[in-house]
Amino acid sequence: MLDYAWLVLAFPAAGALLNTFLGGSLGRRAVGWLASGAVALAFLASLGLFAQLMGLPGHERSVTVHLWDWIRVGTFQVPAALLVDPLSVTMALVVTGVGTLIHVYSVGYMAEEPRYQRYFVYLNFFVLAMLVLVLSDNFLGMYVGWEGVGLASYLLIGFWFDRRDASYGYYADAGKKAFLVNRVGDFGMALAIMILWTGLGSVTFLEVFAGVEKLAAGTLTLASLLLLLAATGKSAQIPLYVWLPDAMAGPTPVSALIHAATMVTAGIYMIARTYPLWEAAPAASAVAAWVGGLTALLAATMALVQVDLKKILAYSTISQLGYMMLGVGVGAYAFAIFHLITHAFFKALLFLAAGNVMHGLHGELDIRRMGNLRARMPQTARLFTVGALALAGFPLTSGFFSKDSILFAAFERSPALYGLGLFTALLTAFYSFRAVFLAFWGRERDPDLFARAHESPAIMRGPLWILAGLALAGGGLNLPRVLPLLEHWLEPAVGALEIHAGLGLEMTLMAVGGLVALAGIYLAHARYVQEAAWAQGLAQGLAPLRPLLERGWYVEDLYRAAVVEPLWALARFSAQVVDRGIIDGTVNLVGQLHLLASDGLRRLQNGLIPTYALSLFVGVVVAVLYFVFG
Amino acid sequence: MVPTSYYLILSGVIFAIGAVGVLVRRNALIIFMCVEMMLNSVNLTLVALSRQWGNLDGQVFVFMVMAVAAAEVAVGLALLIANTRHQESINIDEIHLLKW
Amino acid sequence: MSLSVLFFVLVAGVSLAAAVGVVVSRQPVHSALFLLTNFAMLAVLYVTLAAQFLAAVQVIVYAGGIVVLILFVIMLIGGDTNDFVAPQRSWTRVTALGLGILLLAGLLYSFAQRLQPLPPNPEDLVQGGVPQAVGTALFTRFILPFEVVAFLLLVALIGALILGRPPTSDDPEAALLQQDSTGR
Repeated sequence: MLDYAWLVLAFPAAGALLNTFLGGSLGRRAVGWLASGAVALAFLASLGLFAQLMGLPGHERSVTVHLWDWIRVGTFQVPAALLVDPLSVTMALVVTGVGTLIHVYSVGYMAEEPRYQRYFVYLNFFVLAMLVLVLSDNFLGMYVGWEGVGLASYLLIGFWFDRRDASYGYYADAGKKAFLVNRVGDFGMALAIMILWTGLGSVTFLEVFAGVEKLAAGTLTLASLLLLLAATGKSAQIPLYVWLPDAMAGPTPVSALIHAATMVTAGIYMIARTYPLWEAAPAASAVAAWVGGLTALLAATMALVQVDLKKILAYSTISQLGYMMLGVGVGAYAFAIFHLITHAFFKALLFLAAGNVMHGLHGELDIRRMGNLRARMPQTARLFTVGALALAGFPLTSGFFSKDSILFAAFERSPALYGLGLFTALLTAFYSFRAVFLAFWGRERDPDLFARAHESPAIMRGPLWILAGLALAGGGLNLPRVLPLLEHWLEPAVGALEIHAGLGLEMTLMAVGGLVALAGIYLAHARYVQEAAWAQGLAQGLAPLRPLLERGWYVEDLYRAAVVEPLWALARFSAQVVDRGIIDGTVNLVGQLHLLASDGLRRLQNGLIPTYALSLFVGVVVAVLYFVFG
Repeated sequence: MVPTSYYLILSGVIFAIGAVGVLVRRNALIIFMCVEMMLNSVNLTLVALSRQWGNLDGQVFVFMVMAVAAAEVAVGLALLIANTRHQESINIDEIHLLKW
Repeated sequence: MSLSVLFFVLVAGVSLAAAVGVVVSRQPVHSALFLLTNFAMLAVLYVTLAAQFLAAVQVIVYAGGIVVLILFVIMLIGGDTNDFVAPQRSWTRVTALGLGILLLAGLLYSFAQRLQPLPPNPEDLVQGGVPQAVGTALFTRFILPFEVVAFLLLVALIGALILGRPPTSDDPEAALLQQDSTGR
């Protein structure tokens, strides 16, 4: 089976190709089911790989499946090969599993979309690129997948490229923004790969990890920081997170798959995959941890004031990715992957439920116009609430266990980061239930909209129930101390975390985390359902902060002034002065010179005899003078 | 004896005068006459040099030149008269029908 | 200064004056007469150069034929009196003059150089340029050019005849030719 690992890639590739060339004649339903089937088959293949690995003893669970010799230029040898180990198989399972559910959901969600063929081709292409990213055994292959998902993200964010609205601007611009911001990160990754190759002579993961000690500390830190830059781009951390809220312009299933469950986790995966580098460069790890922690807090504050349901979830994603970054920064790679998995479950659930809301309200996403939706779409309301519970970290949900494991690991290494994370957890619980209460509880604020609201079809609810089950039960993947399945499973790939704290501390912290989550939910309830006076007073007191939060701490304005405007000015200058003025001017000048010269020359041939006589005579005189004096 | 170079100088001067005349005058007939003058100056050169080198080649050549000049005058004047049939002026600035 | 040189200077002077007269005369008839003078002087010079036959031919062909032809044509089509270079081409006058001076300078520089001295009896060498001598040369060594020139004269004759024909009424091309440059 392991030799057939390439099948995992082949199925989505076949799906994309078949839908590209035959999709036009297949019909709407067939295209959707073909695409979903392709990803489902990839999921089965991943299960097969998982089973194979289980059959191997722990320390042998790292198999390189060589596909072909990709690059052979002198000393630069890069194979096209897959690394099948616990980490990559886990990621593949998440990508294909959640991906299948989202594909099925899309069949229902995009039922009215005229350009459905393009949509499913792009979606399959995305899955293919993501799988290349997680299964590659070398940096270059991963980079190919990295760029591929970036491309798919651009194509899918800007799927409705002819639309614009007040919330997202031109949808096409959102796609461009995502691509350009990611480019900055990709640049860092390319440099890091070059540094590693120059220092170690190889880009294959296993060979690089074996030779890490040979690199100087400075070089290693630089390479790691550049990789961190790439991760901040793809995983939407400070400073490159600004594309993710705008990416909500894409179809909701796309937001669920790409910008919640899978693509944005690529940065976290990448750091976990290259953990020997980070272990050997503690400075870079520390930077990563702080970047994660600060991003988590920053994004949570911005989520507090959003009125677009999807944007709340987008900022929430940035914040949760911050938790994961914090996890890998403190060396808790397995915990970060754990949170990655649970987040995939509940965030995809939340996004798809938001898609149901949007579908039922005919495109409306402003929570100020919602209210009491549980009366009109009871199942969706329940599903969304389950997701919100997991997001908030309600005790015993999957989110509870995964978030607490990260906070526990952070506590050991940096109490300050722990404090940040804990406060952010409070905010997380608050804003997630703000969304729940404002949208599904209370009075309906827009009676017309309410009257027309309806529940979604079964095809759009079925996958959500599966995800809800996973969101609630997913904690079972890694119950700390009791049943640390995931930790043990991932150990061959990401190493083990040294834990010095005792069980008591761990339990205490877990209890604190649970209490914080409950407190957040209670606060939201008091403010939005009970509308208690003290809660309103607290909100009034914090009101001066509102403009700051609504403008996103002016970060995007800063970027616009410091980066975008100068570049635009440079582009304008280049276009008008350099291109039109200098280059076109020079070319035109050549033409003008020709015209001038020919205009002068044409006077020699004006058909008038005296002119010809004169030119004859000039020639004669010249000849005579030449022969006499020359 | 008159040195040959005297004749040559005279011939050169007449040639130059004739050339200037061709360029400066507008009347086609006068231009014709200047051309004939130039031909004559060349004839003078040939005859002078024929005496210098002591053989008759130069004089025979002059004979040919005269014959050609006569033929050329006949044809040229006929051309001019033919042109006059549809354009009365013989101002060479105005004889340019062959231009596009 | 010997007598022959003086004579030459006299004749040359008249010839030059006549040449200038051709160029600057306002009336075409005056120009023709000046031309006649020039030709006559040249005939005299030919005699001094031991080219008697050519002197005779000069007078017959040039003075008697060509100038007469030109006078005939002047009589037929005249030409206006004020026909120096038009104002819009006034720069050509200066240019032509300048170029003429240049040419003259060049020619004079080359001609003023000393040639080999004349042989002792040049007239005898060319046999005085008498018709017998020229004729012998013409019909022996130069028979081919002679025949070609004869043919040329025939061609010229035919050409002049055709060019001189009046246009016939049933000739469309001639009708086209009747139009002047304005198309009317």
